[in-house]
Amino acid sequence: MATKDVPVNDPMLDPVTGEFAVIAPGHTFKSVTEEISRIVLTPHTPLGWFFGFAIAGGVVLMLLVALTWLFLKGVGIWAITMPIAWGFAIVNFVWWIGIGHAGTLISAILLLFKQGWRNSINRFAEAMTIFAVVCAGMFPLIHVGRPWLGYWLFPYPNSMNVWPQFRSPLLWDVFAVSTYATISVVFWYMGMIPDLGTLRDRSTSRIGQFVYGMLAVGWRGSVRHWMRYETASLLLAGLATPLVLSVHSVISFDFAVALLPGWHTTIFPPYFVAGAIYSGFAMVITLAIPIRKFYHLEDLITMRHLDNMGKVMLATGLIVAYGYSTEVFMSYCYSASHWEYFMMWNRMFGPMGWSYWVLITCNIALPQLLWSRKFRQNAALLFIMSLIVNSGMWFERFVIIVTSLTRDYLPSSWGTYRATRWDYMTFAGTLGLFTFLFFLFIRFLPMIPMSEIRLMLPQAKIRAEAEPLPEAGD
Amino acid sequence: MPVREGTYGLLAEFDTPSQLVRAAKSAYNAGYRRMDCFTPYAVEEAAEAIGFHRNTVSLVTLIGGLLGLATMFGMETWISIWAFPLNIAGRPYYSWPAFVIPAYEWTILWAGLSAAFGMLALCGLPQPYHPLFNAPNFRNGASSDKFFLCLESTDPKFDIVATRGFLDGFSPVSVVEVEY
Repeated sequence: MATKDVPVNDPMLDPVTGEFAVIAPGHTFKSVTEEISRIVLTPHTPLGWFFGFAIAGGVVLMLLVALTWLFLKGVGIWAITMPIAWGFAIVNFVWWIGIGHAGTLISAILLLFKQGWRNSINRFAEAMTIFAVVCAGMFPLIHVGRPWLGYWLFPYPNSMNVWPQFRSPLLWDVFAVSTYATISVVFWYMGMIPDLGTLRDRSTSRIGQFVYGMLAVGWRGSVRHWMRYETASLLLAGLATPLVLSVHSVISFDFAVALLPGWHTTIFPPYFVAGAIYSGFAMVITLAIPIRKFYHLEDLITMRHLDNMGKVMLATGLIVAYGYSTEVFMSYCYSASHWEYFMMWNRMFGPMGWSYWVLITCNIALPQLLWSRKFRQNAALLFIMSLIVNSGMWFERFVIIVTSLTRDYLPSSWGTYRATRWDYMTFAGTLGLFTFLFFLFIRFLPMIPMSEIRLMLPQAKIRAEAEPLPEAGD
Repeated sequence: MPVREGTYGLLAEFDTPSQLVRAAKSAYNAGYRRMDCFTPYAVEEAAEAIGFHRNTVSLVTLIGGLLGLATMFGMETWISIWAFPLNIAGRPYYSWPAFVIPAYEWTILWAGLSAAFGMLALCGLPQPYHPLFNAPNFRNGASSDKFFLCLESTDPKFDIVATRGFLDGFSPVSVVEVEY
């Protein structure tokens, strides 16, 4: 029988299982520390960083222009009108918050499942969560029309003697999203404290020592502190897991609690959560592949990571496909409701039917290529696939919101939707803001958790007295 | 606060976690109690070796979570029944199933904040200054690739000469005296 077509002595392959290694062999505590901290502590910022940062900054300026005009003129500059009161703003909100979910999945759920491979990618996946939530949180706020009164959403004693209405999913959303943003920031920062201590100790500039020193809150690596830290990390992971599942469920209630055909369905919570993780993993791949190439981190973000992320994408994509087919089954075969039947027909073959077929192509048809191991292990193809899935998931939200709203029960109130340039500028602007924040993050903070990578090295194994001691650290 | 002077403790440096765990175990068995290990990542065995088995972060988190749950549920009930009763499509004022969702979110919020800030508080952090930062080898190594055992001078068994001799027995890279 022919053996598998793999090189026998490839150092990146595990000789027993034939799987890709999580970390390239030959690393020591010192070498991983240096490899990760040099990106932050180098006095020579790569030119490419400035180039990308400047472009992202330009797009952020465009966002500021769009927002200024919005605040001056009001939401009428967007295409929202009756009957489509929720346009791009809510599409983008749901899309961005979904992207954030993969970060929490990687940092929390995979931690609980003891998936060691997550360690290299969890820090920047968490950063991605926070920046995505920043972009997402902006949309409901600017969508309310008078964002300077956004604090009215929160319950606080006021001279008007008015309190929020707690039976509305829109208010549940306020608490779900604000909790999610807070917990994500806390989890991210707490996870970074030991690494900030490393940067404090290794920084050669006074400013660096001071700033990282303050951020590291005096972390000195005492094992007593480490034990409490580990407990707190596990607890936060245990809390973030139900949180992340609840956030997109609550967002889906915004739709599912309404009576509109295409929204009023019980499959929404699980199907939204799976879709969120699907698009989030796509975004992690979109970010990881260029970063790993640009900063030469192939030793730490290996083919194993890309392969695994491709598999998660495939699995969640299939759950999403199940969600779509259930919707079709419910409306065509099971509901016995004329309105439901029409909604699905309109979604597929109505004036905006093209968007449904874009979504099916991007989210279901093309991702089937991920079954192939060769495809998953080709970084360029995987990168393109991640972009396709991200676009597909954006279209999913577009289809749910726009096609359902354009044609509801009453034909006399039907309308159509065509986004304006301000819609496009605001959406593109948040992509710029996300990239802008990400550029700052990879330049000034450690994007791979050094302490967790050290723990994964073979040197970290405690050997009993009888065993010979391994070679010294370096 | 009076300025403390003198020796904080003796700091032994090791290259591998196994050496550290061995030394820490022996020191604990020899009767030292005021001691600590410093490692660049979590070494559970070292914590076990110096007799640190349990911590109270989980308890703090549980209390925080329950407080969050009670606060939000109580606030929702108070607002909906007494402060601002609204008739929403004829639903009862006390619509507890709807109140569960924000209460659930605040359970997680308060528990998460308690876990993170409780952990820092139990560790006595933030504490930007610590005598150990006076040792140059500690600053260079403790957060990247070296493993340290510190026997503190406040331990009744501590004696600068005898303790140094005891630590030298584990063939550390160095043993340095740390000043306050």
